[in-house]
Amino acid sequence: MKPRWITAAGLAAVLASASPGAAAAQGHTHTTHTSTAQTPAHTDADVRFIQGMLAHHAQALEMTGLVHGRDARGDVRLIAERIDVSQRSEMARMQRWLQVRGLAADSADAHHAHHGGGDAHAGMPGMATPEQMERLAQSYGPAFDALFLELMIRHHEGALVMVEALFGSQGGGQASEIYSIASEVDADQRMEIDRMRAMQQGPLGGARPR
Amino acid sequence: MKTQMTTLRQGMGRLAVAAAALGAAVAPAGAQDARVGLRAGTQDAAQAAWNMEVISHQARPAGFFATDPEADFGFSNTDLAFQGNHVFMGNYNGFLVYDISNPSNPRLRASVPCAGGQGDVSVYRNLVFLSVEETRGRLDCTANGVADSVSTERFRGVRIFDISNLDRPRLVGAVQTCRGSHTHTLVPNPRDPSRVYVYVQGTSRVRSGSELAGCSNRPPAEDPNTSFFRIEIIEVPLAAPQQARIVNAPRLFADAQGNIAGLWAGGRHGEGTQSTNVTNQCHDITAYPEIGLAAGACSGNGILLDIRDPANPVRVDEVVDPNFAYWHSATFNNAGTTVLYTDEWGGGSAARCQATDRREWGANALFTVQGHDLRHAGYYKLPAPQTAQENCVAHNGSLVPVPGRDIMAQAWYQGGISVFDFTDPARPVELAYFDRGPMNASELSVGGFWSAYWYNGRIYGSEIGRGFDVFRLTPSAHLTQNEIDAASLVRMTEWNPQHQQRVTWPAHFSVAKAYVDQLVRSRGLGPNRMVRLQQEVEAAERMRGAQRRTALMRIATQLDGEAAASRDGAKVRMLAGVLRELASAR
Repeated sequence: MKPRWITAAGLAAVLASASPGAAAAQGHTHTTHTSTAQTPAHTDADVRFIQGMLAHHAQALEMTGLVHGRDARGDVRLIAERIDVSQRSEMARMQRWLQVRGLAADSADAHHAHHGGGDAHAGMPGMATPEQMERLAQSYGPAFDALFLELMIRHHEGALVMVEALFGSQGGGQASEIYSIASEVDADQRMEIDRMRAMQQGPLGGARPR
Repeated sequence: MKTQMTTLRQGMGRLAVAAAALGAAVAPAGAQDARVGLRAGTQDAAQAAWNMEVISHQARPAGFFATDPEADFGFSNTDLAFQGNHVFMGNYNGFLVYDISNPSNPRLRASVPCAGGQGDVSVYRNLVFLSVEETRGRLDCTANGVADSVSTERFRGVRIFDISNLDRPRLVGAVQTCRGSHTHTLVPNPRDPSRVYVYVQGTSRVRSGSELAGCSNRPPAEDPNTSFFRIEIIEVPLAAPQQARIVNAPRLFADAQGNIAGLWAGGRHGEGTQSTNVTNQCHDITAYPEIGLAAGACSGNGILLDIRDPANPVRVDEVVDPNFAYWHSATFNNAGTTVLYTDEWGGGSAARCQATDRREWGANALFTVQGHDLRHAGYYKLPAPQTAQENCVAHNGSLVPVPGRDIMAQAWYQGGISVFDFTDPARPVELAYFDRGPMNASELSVGGFWSAYWYNGRIYGSEIGRGFDVFRLTPSAHLTQNEIDAASLVRMTEWNPQHQQRVTWPAHFSVAKAYVDQLVRSRGLGPNRMVRLQQEVEAAERMRGAQRRTALMRIATQLDGEAAASRDGAKVRMLAGVLRELASAR
């Protein structure tokens, strides 16, 4: 690991204004990378990420919606509750992000995503096929537990791929709030994947639904 | 939620019995929590306060907010650090310095724009350290971002500023890391005062090896040099901070077999299981060099580190908690016998303090520390339900140094600030709070307190969108004026909350009277004896010279004899001890 250094000369201009009352930040513009922009604006890649992730999360809610009445294990019910809460609040934040910018939530696609009916989001990484969703809807007891964990882990891993793709795109993830949303999605899915992988080895101790 | 609120009121009821002896007022039992139903507003929200009050408020200054709501997130206030009469406040856009010579009227002393988030900040002598993780961060500090996914202009890591002249802070160092720096922790070397170590907690994506040599985002099975499953340790020569460099990247999660991904969120698993856990980082580490330990909050685990050799920390214990989503930060009690871990479920932008949210989720978990052994004792979560428009979860706080008790002031984002006693880690109880209504009445606009820290007699709050608040505690049955006075005796010259310093109290009558009040509360001695004891201590305080010494020694000697039979013998002995210190003073 070779640290890199910035020369003092290269910073002189910036630090000359580093005093009380330095330049105000109100000059935001939708043109990224102009000299007047104080913070990077969002890009098309950002918008596609948000719209895609909304549809992706919608399928996770379809899955957690199936848990009730399946005679699922206590820790499976508990992780489903956690995923349900997590995905709902992430979706709310992503919908707000679109609304503030006057952009469509692409809700028609989100609604149809799990049917895979030729819409734009059916090919997203980790999405369960209609056949898999149907099989989950027909499962009970240990068979439900195993299939739920398998499909949800794969589903969550797909979200990580989408985050990675965002940051690999030109200008993607530069806007501060997009960076924050993507990082939160990443952290939440990773934690839940870990928890579910441990659950595949057997029931988690200590997690008792009330 | 109903169950918990009942429990809280019962707890207050018990304290109210002790309060009667002190003649102090308590919140009326059965009243609805004043934090419920507060009017929304950015700078004009309704506020509720109990046993604390706001003494000053400053909105974010020019250059550190955007009027366009789409852009304003990039100007969020973040963590705090303290030095002398200055508070250093991190911001996604750089850092601010406030002069708090008069805490009722702080003055903006400097604002240093240098974008990159999240601006976790520390101060050490003439140096300020600033964490940068966002992919928009630039070496030249400008705010236009870096469009290319691989670029020599990008900066992610720890920036070092020289603040010898606060009129002109200078960027003197910039240490790049593979995952940037989400947080960092200063760890001085007790054997070498000429250098300080900075533990770097990177939680973000690993950048390309073509942008920074040696970075690898491959899993450990494919690449033993993966940038996951480690922290970086920067060594900073204080006389030449430009020579700061990474000297170690310890594999804190390794098991005895050398598997660097050896920790598992669900506990140890059987042979032949091939899965690798994908949580692979520490979110924050709190070092307590005086006890040789650090507590790491490492996404899927809480860990305990031996840091006696600060460049080579060694993991000595680890815990999991099935209720925890994301191990976020840690705080030791002053004795180092309890550690409080926070669970930042939802990353801080979600409303996780609603009546429907489980009390053990997004809470603090308290563990006792016996040697190197962590044991779960209890949970504490903000007791008042918040709305769906308020992001709320356990976040940053610090000890309020009341002698004889473990008390913490803690930020809960838009849940406000909660001050609570965790002397008994199995039964934490709230002592004071401050809360404002939501930023926005109809939708969740991310905001609230990032940090709340006690420093030299006041509580300082960093509000993400609203600015900078200063509070003072007001006396109550739960926390008397004597206890607040005793806490205010503790004076720090420099304070980074993730570098804990052991607190000691000077020999002072406030300390003795705080212990007397605590004995009243615990009914450590009989009621008549308590009244006499209060009178004797106050009488001794009015005396001078040999007369005072004799009086103090006589009280101490009598307490020695009473300790064994007391239900709070330890406190009786502590009181006797401080009276003897007072007797031998001057």
